[in-house]
Amino acid sequence: MKGMTIIVKKTTQLIAGIIFLYGIYIILHGHLTPGGGFAGGVILAGSFILLILANGSDFLNLVREESGSTLYENLSILVFLLLALTGLLAGANAFFANWLPHGIPGELVSAGFLPLYNIFVGIEVAASILTIFLALIIFKEEVLR
Amino acid sequence: MILGAIYAIHAKDILSAVITGGIVGYSLVICFLLLKAPDLAIVQIVVETITLILMVAVVLDSSRTEAYSKLDTQGWVTAGTAVLILLILFWFMKTASAPLDHFGQGSLRMADAYVNGAMDKTGSANLVTGVVFDFRGYDTLGEATVLVTAVLGVLTILRIKGKK
Repeated sequence: MKGMTIIVKKTTQLIAGIIFLYGIYIILHGHLTPGGGFAGGVILAGSFILLILANGSDFLNLVREESGSTLYENLSILVFLLLALTGLLAGANAFFANWLPHGIPGELVSAGFLPLYNIFVGIEVAASILTIFLALIIFKEEVLR
Repeated sequence: MILGAIYAIHAKDILSAVITGGIVGYSLVICFLLLKAPDLAIVQIVVETITLILMVAVVLDSSRTEAYSKLDTQGWVTAGTAVLILLILFWFMKTASAPLDHFGQGSLRMADAYVNGAMDKTGSANLVTGVVFDFRGYDTLGEATVLVTAVLGVLTILRIKGKK
């Protein structure tokens, strides 16, 4: 897949990092401000999609990237499930039990398990949307050959 | 919003139809903001943008013109049946929603417990995250599973050639 002109390339190289940081901020502050795992994950995927669309990418590079994103997606949903299962082992003996100390509401490290759930759901959403996008691009490249 | 939807159906060029479909999504963002749901608004605006990019990329690779055909007898029968079913469903909806409270004003017993108790029980300052990840944890797990299943389906359909 070919890239775009040099103006678009430079602009996206400047902007993509800021978008990525904004996604991380939305995920980490999901239990304090509006947003959370789903919204932040889509923003993270958006920064990757912006870079791929503007700069283009080699075919083999895309395939390697896709296998990596599939791995991250499956691992993060597994970790999410295991975190939910720890509620069975400790504390209240219930699935999705929030047995970590809650802390002071309003601080960054508070609310027990909720920030961890947010982080892993964010990784999962970002990886899966990126995987769908990469699969479509790779399919197009294979058809064009 | 409704005008955008109507124009999207009648547009000759598929590209303009896709873009007017985007108008519907972005007006939905404004609706969410007016209804005081910023969480949903963030998700909707980003997802709408990515979907629009994908749709435009697909349309640019296709023929861009829509195949039109005159309605024959079977077409008229189908259209008439659709309108009839639409009217019946609308009547049922009106009958079913008549005894409900006015939108946003009724007092719901469950919502009361959520709104007042979420802060103490979950320790989360954002009420929506508290409900989504703590009280409704099963729902979130289901959503994440649906997403993984969708990706698996896409990979199964699109990557047969690559796996050989």
